[in-house]
Amino acid sequence: MTAEQIIFLIVALFTLGSALMVVTTRNLIHAALWLVATLFGVAVIYALLNAGFMAVVQVVVYIGAIAILFIFAVMLTRKDLRDNTPQTNKNWWAGALIAVLTFAGLVFTLQGWSGFSKTASAVPLGFDAISQLGEQLTSPTAYVLPFEVASVLLLAALVGAVYVAFNKK
Amino acid sequence: MNFWNDPLKVAAAWLEGIFTGWGMDAVLAHVLVVFLGVFLLITILMVLDIFLVWIERKVVARFQDRIGPNRVGPYGLIQPFADIIKLIIKEDTTPDGADKVVYNLAPILSMMSVLILWAVVPLAPVMLGIDLNVGVLFLIAAGAIGTLSIIMAGWSSNNKFAMIGGFRQVAVMVAFEVPMLAMLMIPTIFAGSMNMNAIIEAQNVWFFFISPLAALIFLIAAIAELGRAPFDLAEGESELVAGFNIEYSGMKFGMFYAGELLHAFTFGGFWAILFFGGYRFFGLEQVSPFLAILILVIKAMLGYWVIMWVKYTMMRIRIDQMLGFNWKFLTPLSFALVLVTALMNTLLRGADSWLFVTGMFLSNVVVGWIALEIARSVARKERERVEGVKAVEAHH
Repeated sequence: MTAEQIIFLIVALFTLGSALMVVTTRNLIHAALWLVATLFGVAVIYALLNAGFMAVVQVVVYIGAIAILFIFAVMLTRKDLRDNTPQTNKNWWAGALIAVLTFAGLVFTLQGWSGFSKTASAVPLGFDAISQLGEQLTSPTAYVLPFEVASVLLLAALVGAVYVAFNKK
Repeated sequence: MNFWNDPLKVAAAWLEGIFTGWGMDAVLAHVLVVFLGVFLLITILMVLDIFLVWIERKVVARFQDRIGPNRVGPYGLIQPFADIIKLIIKEDTTPDGADKVVYNLAPILSMMSVLILWAVVPLAPVMLGIDLNVGVLFLIAAGAIGTLSIIMAGWSSNNKFAMIGGFRQVAVMVAFEVPMLAMLMIPTIFAGSMNMNAIIEAQNVWFFFISPLAALIFLIAAIAELGRAPFDLAEGESELVAGFNIEYSGMKFGMFYAGELLHAFTFGGFWAILFFGGYRFFGLEQVSPFLAILILVIKAMLGYWVIMWVKYTMMRIRIDQMLGFNWKFLTPLSFALVLVTALMNTLLRGADSWLFVTGMFLSNVVVGWIALEIARSVARKERERVEGVKAVEAHH
C-alpha cells in the first residue's frame, strides 16, 4: 500500500465515522459539528485528488455555511437539547434496503466501466486546473448554459426566500 | 544553489541528507523535514505573537497619551512574559453545564484558523509554505474555521452573554465575508491568477494605486472579520461583559487574545501582499530572501498599525447599523466595483501602463463618488423623514 492509499483510508474512515455520528447523536449541536467534520473529510479527499479548488470551495461553502446552520440549530433546540423519541420509524428496513441496493447498483455499473480499475495518470507539471475550469464554465461550446441556469435557479430561490420572509407593513 | 539565495531548499536538502544518512526511508525523511519546517514557522509566529502583545499595548498607550508597559525589563519588553506566567498559573475554570469537548476545542480552532493562513503567505520569492493556485480563496476558507470556533465558544460556555456575543460575531463575519470575497477578486483580475506569489509578481505598480477603493473596502472587511473596533460588538463590554470568551480563563482566554493579535498582524500582511506589493520594494527582494522577509514584515507591521489606529480612535457602531452598512452599502458597492474593474480591465488590456493605471484609478474615484452621493441622498431623505415625524409630534 502506498502512503496515499493509507491517507485515503484514514480520511475515508474518519468521514464515514463522522457521518454516522451526525445521524446517531441525540444532541443537535453535536450533530451539526459532526457534519462539519464530515464535510471537512470530503474536502481532504478532494485535495488528495489534486482538486485544490474544489477542496477550498468545499470548506468555504459548506463549513462557512454550516456555522449558520449551527445558529439555527441553537435557536431551534429545546432547553435540554436532547430528544428522547426513537431515532428511527417503522420504515427503517426499507431505507436500509434502498441504500444497499443503490450501493450494489453503483458498484455493478462501475465494474463495467474500463476506467474503474485503472490507475490515474499523473497530473502534468504546470497544469492549471482553475483556468480550465473557468474557461469551461464560461465557454458557449461547453457549460455556460447549465452554469447560468444554476445561477438563475439560486437567484429565484433567494427571491422566493425574501418574499416568504418579507413582513408586509 | 547556495544557502543565502534559497535558504529553505538548501536547509531541507541538507536535513534530508542527514536523515537518509541515518538509514531512514527517503519518503519518511521528506515528511519529517516538511513537518519540522511547519513546526519552525509556527514557533517563530508564536514568539512574534508574544511581542505583538507588547507592541499592541505600547501603541494603544501612545494613542491614549500614556506611556504603556515600562517597568519590567527595558521599555517593558519582558512584560508579555510576566503576563504569560500569570495566565498559566491562573485557575483554569470550566463553567457548570458547559459542553466540555466543544468548550476546550474552540480556543484551539481559533488559534489554528490564524496559523493556517501562514501556509499561503509568500515570505520571499523562494520562501512560501505551499504554492497554492487558490491562495486567495484559502483566506476565506480559514476565516470559515474562525467563525466556527467563535460560535463553538459562545454556545458551549452555557452563558447567555457568551451566546449573544457568538451570534453577533457570526452575523458580522458572515456578512463582511461577502465584500471581502468580492475585493479579493480585484487583485485576481489584475494578476490573472489566485496564486499569492503571482499576485505579488504582477504588482509592478502596487494595486493600491490601481484600485484604492478595493484596498479600502478590503481593510474595512478585514477589520470586521477580526472583530476589532469599530466592529467589536461581539465583546461589547458595556452590554455583554466580554462577549463570546466570557467564561474562558487563563491560557484558554490567552489563546483567543493572542489569536486576535496575530490575526490582525496577518491581515496587515495580506493587505500588504494584495495591494502593496508584498515582499517587493524597488528590486530589493532580489538581493536576498532575508531582505524580502524584512520588507514583508515591515509592510505587515504598517498594515497592523493602521488596524490599531482605527481600533483606538473609532467608537463602536450599533449592530443593526453595522449590518445595514454592510448589506445596503458595502456589498452593492463592492459588486459594482468588481463589474467596473472587470470591464475596464478588458477595455484597457492593450493600453500603456500609465494609461491603464490612470484609467483604473479614475474609474475607482468615479465609483466611490457615485456611491457616496447615493448614500448621502438616502441619508438626507431618512433624516427628513425622522425630523418630519418629530416635528409633527412636537406640534401635537
